[in-house]
Amino acid sequence: MSARPAGRPVLEMRGITKTFPGVKALSDVNLTVGPAEIHAICGENGAGKSTLMKVLSGVHPHGSYDGEILFEGEPVAFKDIRASEQHGIVIIHQELALVPYLSIAENIFLGNEQTGSTKGFIDWNDTLRRASALLKRVGLPDKPQTPVADIGVGKQQLVEIAKALAKEVKLLILDEPTAALNDEDSAKLLDLIVELREQGIACIIISHKLGEIRQIADTVTVLRDGRTIESLTVRHSPDSAPELSEEQIIRSMVGRDLDHRFPERSTYAGEDAGSTALTVSGWTVRHPVDHQRLVVDDVSLTVRRGEIVGIAGLMGAGRTELAMSVFGRSYGRYVAGRVEVAGREADVRTVPAAIEAGLAYVTEDRKQYGLNLIDNINRNISLASLPGMRRRGVVDEHHERQVAEGYRTSMNIKTPTVFEQVGRLSGGNQQKVVLSRWIHADPEVLILDEPTRGIDVGAKFEIYTVIDGLAAAGKAVLFISSELPELLGMCDRIYTMAEGRLTGEVARADATQESLMRHMTATRS
Amino acid sequence: MTTATPLHKDSPTGPPPARPAALTALLDSMRTNMRQYGMLVALLFIVVLFQIWTDGTLLLPNNVSNLIQQNGYILILAIGMMIVIIAGHIDLSVGSLVAFVGAMSAVMMVKQDMPWVLALALSLLIGAVAGAWQGFFIAYVGIPSFIVTLAGMLLFRGLTQIVLEGQSLAPFPEGFQNIAKGFIPEMGPYTQYHNPTLVLGALALAVLLLREVRDRKRQAAYELDVVPRSLWLTKCVAIAAAVIAFTLTLASFHGVPVVMLIMCALLIGLGYVMRNAVIGRHVYALGGNKAAAKLSGVKDKRVVFLVFVNMGVLAALAGCVYAARLNAGTPQAGLNFELEAIAASFIGGASMSGGVGTVMGAVIGGLVLGVLNNGMSLVGIGTDYQQVIKGLVLLAAVGFDIWNKRKAGR
Repeated sequence: MSARPAGRPVLEMRGITKTFPGVKALSDVNLTVGPAEIHAICGENGAGKSTLMKVLSGVHPHGSYDGEILFEGEPVAFKDIRASEQHGIVIIHQELALVPYLSIAENIFLGNEQTGSTKGFIDWNDTLRRASALLKRVGLPDKPQTPVADIGVGKQQLVEIAKALAKEVKLLILDEPTAALNDEDSAKLLDLIVELREQGIACIIISHKLGEIRQIADTVTVLRDGRTIESLTVRHSPDSAPELSEEQIIRSMVGRDLDHRFPERSTYAGEDAGSTALTVSGWTVRHPVDHQRLVVDDVSLTVRRGEIVGIAGLMGAGRTELAMSVFGRSYGRYVAGRVEVAGREADVRTVPAAIEAGLAYVTEDRKQYGLNLIDNINRNISLASLPGMRRRGVVDEHHERQVAEGYRTSMNIKTPTVFEQVGRLSGGNQQKVVLSRWIHADPEVLILDEPTRGIDVGAKFEIYTVIDGLAAAGKAVLFISSELPELLGMCDRIYTMAEGRLTGEVARADATQESLMRHMTATRS
Repeated sequence: MTTATPLHKDSPTGPPPARPAALTALLDSMRTNMRQYGMLVALLFIVVLFQIWTDGTLLLPNNVSNLIQQNGYILILAIGMMIVIIAGHIDLSVGSLVAFVGAMSAVMMVKQDMPWVLALALSLLIGAVAGAWQGFFIAYVGIPSFIVTLAGMLLFRGLTQIVLEGQSLAPFPEGFQNIAKGFIPEMGPYTQYHNPTLVLGALALAVLLLREVRDRKRQAAYELDVVPRSLWLTKCVAIAAAVIAFTLTLASFHGVPVVMLIMCALLIGLGYVMRNAVIGRHVYALGGNKAAAKLSGVKDKRVVFLVFVNMGVLAALAGCVYAARLNAGTPQAGLNFELEAIAASFIGGASMSGGVGTVMGAVIGGLVLGVLNNGMSLVGIGTDYQQVIKGLVLLAAVGFDIWNKRKAGR
């Protein structure tokens, strides 16, 4: 069998365009998956991979997008996930959708219960018998009665695949299947995917790990900024060696348009310019649940006063985990490492201590971790500096309001009053509120995690200007971003991370999107 | 001040009046506090309704006194419960704790002949310890408050029966009974009215009005937007009218009940703490978004712990007031009080998910229930129907709030 068989493609997606309010997530995307083909989809964070798969699986129902989908040659219009599953398209998400306290067998047939002759009641014999057969097929030795909570993530992934097989899957979609797995489990999973190909099941695999893609894929389609860039042939027959280099994939992935404007970078001219503000050394953190896994592995970095230092990395590289664990051990289990602020060892064991030490962390997820959405702008800005706003033991509300009014003007927060509920502001204005809170806390070091995520171009420029202003005032800024042009436009130096480790450090003058991406996709071994 | 027409804002620096912004702010704050304002209106409506229905009995001076004394302990519990709910928790144990503390106070005073002041102080301490016990499991061990306080509900009820050996203990010293039944003593020459009450009323009026003036001045000094003058004057007149009417009503009977003094102290004190103290703000932040609050440096465990200690002390206080009112420590005291307090909080503007509500709201919610109880009893509606009606009022109040929010499109 050749990878480009004469047979008609399993899936053709033609001219898919999907618009969310204010953003075009996909525009005119084409994707063709051949019969029994392993088709990889690559792209930076936000390139539109997940959106495309949501369109395919019916999460975004027919009618909410433009373009057409042909499955096994027939045009299809899925109104929900059930409809796509009935055709044999099954998607397995990165966050597994298993019920932890139900058994493997119950999970496999969840929503697809084996009822036998008595409608409405489960035939347990049939359920267990069929589950055993499926587990054998995916190579899982555990008993079907075992609760899912008792098996590791790698095995859970296999249960998901067994669940898909129970639905007579023809096209299996895997979103970052190996992101949470160790090397051994990853290898097992990849072998299984290859085996399924031999049984005639096509597979779409979304992955950042270019090594894996070269190892198993027949074709790779690269998306960038919601467009199909190209489809590259990895190998011409399933057994042949890959003919495509990682370099070629990287070249295709990067090169986002430099359509953002950036403010002229100003320099900090204080006496202590250039002195080190933040030093992190040997920082190592375990995953909060899966204790085997190091999410941050021996990371050491420095940021000087007046400097903006970027951290680039793909999804799951450990950037947010690094930032949150440094900021008061807010993530994972601390293993080792020390933090120095302005040359002195800092106690960062709790958030109040980290704030006291001069750190601030502006979260990537402002709705979950940043804002009290049901409270007003005023109180959201003051939250981290309330003790300093006391007058005779209580919060001086007039001073507080004055502060809020000040930021409303200086940050250009667009609102009729500072008593507006934060939940009713636009994303850009919400971000300005979070930034105001931390700027007012007057830290030495600001860790900004995706500060421009989900906000429009105009507001982005304003945020860039604010960040530049912070550096110009002598603050040290650690800037985490998934947008390489943004890092190249704003940072003095850029660190890259992959699989929890630092994989590179590049000065702005030497950095290109290609060189960063090469470090970002560097895998262990 | 500028010689502004009543509609102008009187900022001394006098930039072009930002009246629309100020008005928006006012309307906005009214909308965000919709349930509370709505309930204030509802309370007035219920009062007027029963005033007519009972041919004026409801607002007779002796009934007003009675109303306050009847509902004092529920209002005390509602204030504590409101704070617990704002923090995103619940406390089901307060009814049992009321009984337990009542029983302990009875043992101390009736069996041990302890002076009542000492017994009262020890009772409050018992409440604090009970609150700390529950707060420890909730905040530091991480057991959900629903479970911990459900356990507390059984535990304290059982302890009450053990302590009392199934019997009621009575009577209490007169000083202790006065907490629930007493009035502040009459002083000075005979007027038609109760003199100290008039003085207190005048004092309250002066403080409230001075505060209004000071706030307005300080706002102007900070060059912030202030509400239009006419609106402000209307507010002041309304405050004055309410205080004067209430004072005269009380002063024409026995004066201010002791329990009302306690209530007012709590309302002012805890209201101030929740609004202005750092810890109060932290309670709101935790209830609104726990993750964000923690990442902003809020010591979440300590705050939750203290919230439950506070609830324990208030439950103990309510327990003493209730025991003093019954003049006995009984095993069945405080039955379903937790439900009344929770209902009062939700009627008064709390939200199941936390982060919303005010101490004043709890009092308003408690008064809605209290006036309903009293009014319905006066017109002779049986307790069976009373329950049905109170249930429907709770449902309507929260339903109205949800409907109102959905209408606003958020």
